[in-house]
Amino acid sequence: MTLNILFAAALGYVAFLFAIASLAERHAHRLRADGRRPRLLHSPLVYTLSLSVYCTAWTFYGAVGYAARSGLEFMAIYLGPTLVFVGWWWLLRKLVRVGKAQHVTSIADMIASRYGKSNAVGVVVTVLAVVASTPYIALQLQSIALSFGAFAGDPGLAPRQVALWVAAGLALFTILFGTRNLDANEQHPGVVIAIAVEAVVKLVALLAVGVFVVWGLADGPGDVLTRIEAAARPEWQLQPARWMGLTFLAAVAIVTLPRMFQVLVVENADERHLATASWAFPLYLFLMSLFVLPIAVLGLEIMPEGANPDLFVLTLPLATGQDGLAMLAFLGGFSAATSMVIIAAIALATMVSNHIVVPLWLRLHPDAAPGTPGAVPGPGAGSMRALVLNARRLSIAVILGLGYLYYATSGDGAALAAIGLIAFVGMAQVLPALVGALHWRGASRLGALAGLVTGAAVWLYALFLPSFGQDVMLSAALLADGPAGIAWLRPQALFGVDGLDPLLHALFWSLALNALAFIMVSLVTFPKPLERLQSALFVNVFDTEGRGDGAAPGWVRPRSDPGATDETEGLLAMAQRVLGDHTAQVFFRDEARAQGKEGFLPDPTPAFLDRLERQIAGSVGTAAAHAMLAQITGGRFVSVEDLMAVASETAQIMEHSAQLEAQSEALSRTARQLREANERLQKLSVQKDSFLSQISHELRTPMTSIRAFSEIMMDDQGLSAEEQVRYAQIIHDESIRLTRLLDDLLDLSVLEHGQVNLDIQTASLSALIDGAITASNSVQPERAFSIRRQPEREAITLQTDTGRLKQVFINILSNARKYCDADPAFLTITVRQRAGRVSVDFIDNGSGIGKESQALIFEKFSRLTDTQQAGGAGLGLAICREIMLNLGGEITYLPGQGGAAFRVSFPARLTPAPQGSAAAGAPLGGTGDANTPSGEPATTAVAAKD
Amino acid sequence: MPDDSDNSIRTATAPADALAGAGTVPEAVARPPVVLVIEDEPTITEAIRFILQRDGWVVRTHDRGHDALECIRDGQPALVILDVMLPGRSGFDILQAMRAQPGLAQTPVIMLTAKGHQQDRARAERDGASLFMTKPFANAELVAAVRHLIGQPPA
Repeated sequence: MTLNILFAAALGYVAFLFAIASLAERHAHRLRADGRRPRLLHSPLVYTLSLSVYCTAWTFYGAVGYAARSGLEFMAIYLGPTLVFVGWWWLLRKLVRVGKAQHVTSIADMIASRYGKSNAVGVVVTVLAVVASTPYIALQLQSIALSFGAFAGDPGLAPRQVALWVAAGLALFTILFGTRNLDANEQHPGVVIAIAVEAVVKLVALLAVGVFVVWGLADGPGDVLTRIEAAARPEWQLQPARWMGLTFLAAVAIVTLPRMFQVLVVENADERHLATASWAFPLYLFLMSLFVLPIAVLGLEIMPEGANPDLFVLTLPLATGQDGLAMLAFLGGFSAATSMVIIAAIALATMVSNHIVVPLWLRLHPDAAPGTPGAVPGPGAGSMRALVLNARRLSIAVILGLGYLYYATSGDGAALAAIGLIAFVGMAQVLPALVGALHWRGASRLGALAGLVTGAAVWLYALFLPSFGQDVMLSAALLADGPAGIAWLRPQALFGVDGLDPLLHALFWSLALNALAFIMVSLVTFPKPLERLQSALFVNVFDTEGRGDGAAPGWVRPRSDPGATDETEGLLAMAQRVLGDHTAQVFFRDEARAQGKEGFLPDPTPAFLDRLERQIAGSVGTAAAHAMLAQITGGRFVSVEDLMAVASETAQIMEHSAQLEAQSEALSRTARQLREANERLQKLSVQKDSFLSQISHELRTPMTSIRAFSEIMMDDQGLSAEEQVRYAQIIHDESIRLTRLLDDLLDLSVLEHGQVNLDIQTASLSALIDGAITASNSVQPERAFSIRRQPEREAITLQTDTGRLKQVFINILSNARKYCDADPAFLTITVRQRAGRVSVDFIDNGSGIGKESQALIFEKFSRLTDTQQAGGAGLGLAICREIMLNLGGEITYLPGQGGAAFRVSFPARLTPAPQGSAAAGAPLGGTGDANTPSGEPATTAVAAKD
Repeated sequence: MPDDSDNSIRTATAPADALAGAGTVPEAVARPPVVLVIEDEPTITEAIRFILQRDGWVVRTHDRGHDALECIRDGQPALVILDVMLPGRSGFDILQAMRAQPGLAQTPVIMLTAKGHQQDRARAERDGASLFMTKPFANAELVAAVRHLIGQPPA
């Protein structure tokens, strides 16, 4: 087989991936435009297959080499993730939940976000990830180059040139599909589908080679097992410590490796997919590992001494003339390598652009802050969106370039598996900060920084730098004797721990010191408010379900801000540059609509800002998003103290949540009821005071006249007979007035308390009105006062307390006589009857009662006139109202009738109340005979019982 | 009827110079001192008029609140007997307005009230009433109060 065919196959395969990716992208885009979700892309199967980026070329080729060298130890690499997926499923769920809730774009973003949206933390994780991943990417390039060489059977083939072409091709693919859009969720459906296809290809390839080896080269499983027994070497003996360490390392790697985080959390379309992945992914790993040992053993048997065991998967079929199978194996290895490189490049590029390039750009252009109100987007400023996309593209190119450079300079020295494990240990440094982020409210930003830096430093010093070999990065003397001869600082024997496997040694010390620094510093530092808020959101992510976005007040601001609209415009301008015009406008319009507003400018409420920040964070990361929003809204937010108050309040509410809320609600309800009861009592008390004061006034006024004139008559013997009669008359009249007042008060009291005994009689309405008119004629009898009536309508037989009803009529008629200021005065009585109810209107032609007084006239002591000539104490209409209530009717004032107008309405037949029958007549039953011996009218129309 | 000691003169709070000034003004203009009664209850007005005239005073009366201040300003009485509850404008209001006017600030005022609230008494004192009397009062008490404030009636 010639190299040309190989190149053609590789290119054809890449073209095939391109086609699949772009088809998937187009499909997803079309469906999303229709508001639907692409089913295939959102299937748990695709998700599970995409997780297989864990299996890189290192797993595909390297595992066999590993098995050939160390026996079953390679199984640890599969065991770790299996344990995580089966046993630590809840941690993954929490990771995915938080990642989606916070619109996290990468593992660096996740940790930065948790620790107060700190970019410093983000930068450290990013740098660590780039340093740890670069050799890993180099490893993939190397594997592809080696496989080309092995396939071509030409070791002289320039592998570096091949690697360069591969790197360039992968960069192109990644840039095309990884930076196509700046999606809020940072998802890449095309890439994910391509990765899933590659996952199938590499599994099928490895299984095919395995089947060929077991049944083609050997005589079935039994034969293979015998051969394995025979091939066992002393160095295949399992070392329990190393086995456990490797298992742990692999378990950590599955969540901390940037590419794993990318597919596990960022590209996750639905949290429920995890449930499928929890068994399907271990199954995939199991299948991938099934034939590793057989291939290794038969490779060692068949292949010539000195053949590279890392390439047995490829070289075994080649050596046995199975060119087709070899081609499949080549494509499998190619798939494994390319899928890892693509995803790692996307993940790293996102981190680099979000945590290094964009923040740097923001710092260098403080004035050109995107979206600052009034800032003209000059040609130099460019679009924020373009900036981010270009930063990603550049980052991808740089990362692949670094990978190539590492490969080109490090040569073919280190074994594949070793590089992979070194990268694992490097990324494992993220573990304490990550676990703390999800489970420990007390974890602080400084603690995370301290742990990360310490762990990274130990890793570099004890593992990464020594891995280049003696005298490349670290001198042989330093490795042997420690820096400046300090023995306990020897890179591979820290603190005098000697003789341990270098990998285990570095893993132990880096993670131990990392965790120690993380915990100690976290304990002695106090988290900032934003950290506290974020920690609550992360740690209690499952408690906050259903609380809505508003429950996460990352933004706090005073209400009613006059500059709000300007500010929202600025935010929109910024969002357009980050999210793209259309997406930003749709987002703003929907937000405005949710607030019940037209247009594109919602009020910058905390909830809105929070959602906007998360949306933007999906593109540029949380730290940068926070910085950008703060730049626009900056200086107008509340102080740290206020934020602190909100933070602790939020934390509290979240922790005690429902119970406390219900409790406080009940408390405030009780308090409100008490307050209302108190207010009612106070009002009553005021009313009572005012009533007593009124009574005092009404009693003392006649008493004053009585006392004064009686003293005059006692003191003064020289009074004329006329004077004596006049003064005696005054004393008499005032005494009557006093008595009447007391009667009124008693009557009112009885009526108000409903203790009245109704004396139900039968009478005709016209007779009652006749009697009332006669009785009221004595009021200012000298005045001309005519009354118009409708005799035919008044012919209604009533069955009610006729005495009380007449009392009401007399009162109204007397008032009309007293107060009607027209000359000549007249009054119209109109009667209506409907459905057993009778209404009688009394309308005079005077000037009536003013609007403001109409509501008052039925209150006690509400005398409106100036003079005492009215005679009453102002209780008349209050008594009328009470009487009508007792008769099942009402008395109302009719506004707008020209003069004073009262309507009395009541049922024609009143069914007697049960308690009324026992009493012998009404105790206060007014007869309507209101004339007193003095000739003064009983103006309140309550019969004076003198 | 026993005398109500409640309405005694001990509640007098008028400043001394006000009393002195009030006592001398009528003589200076050689006009009989006038007592103005502002009260809306006609029988009470009649009683007060009788009692004070019998003691030798010239009595004028007015029965509403809203134009009472003009009446006082025009009449320049030596003493005002002022009811609290008046139609149109309350006695307290009128008293305050009087005290704000240079010509009337010193005129002695006896407040009459039928309500007899403690806070009304305090308010009358604060606003500068010379005396505060609760209805009903003893005739002799009223006469003594008038004499106390503006001296002996003209012979």
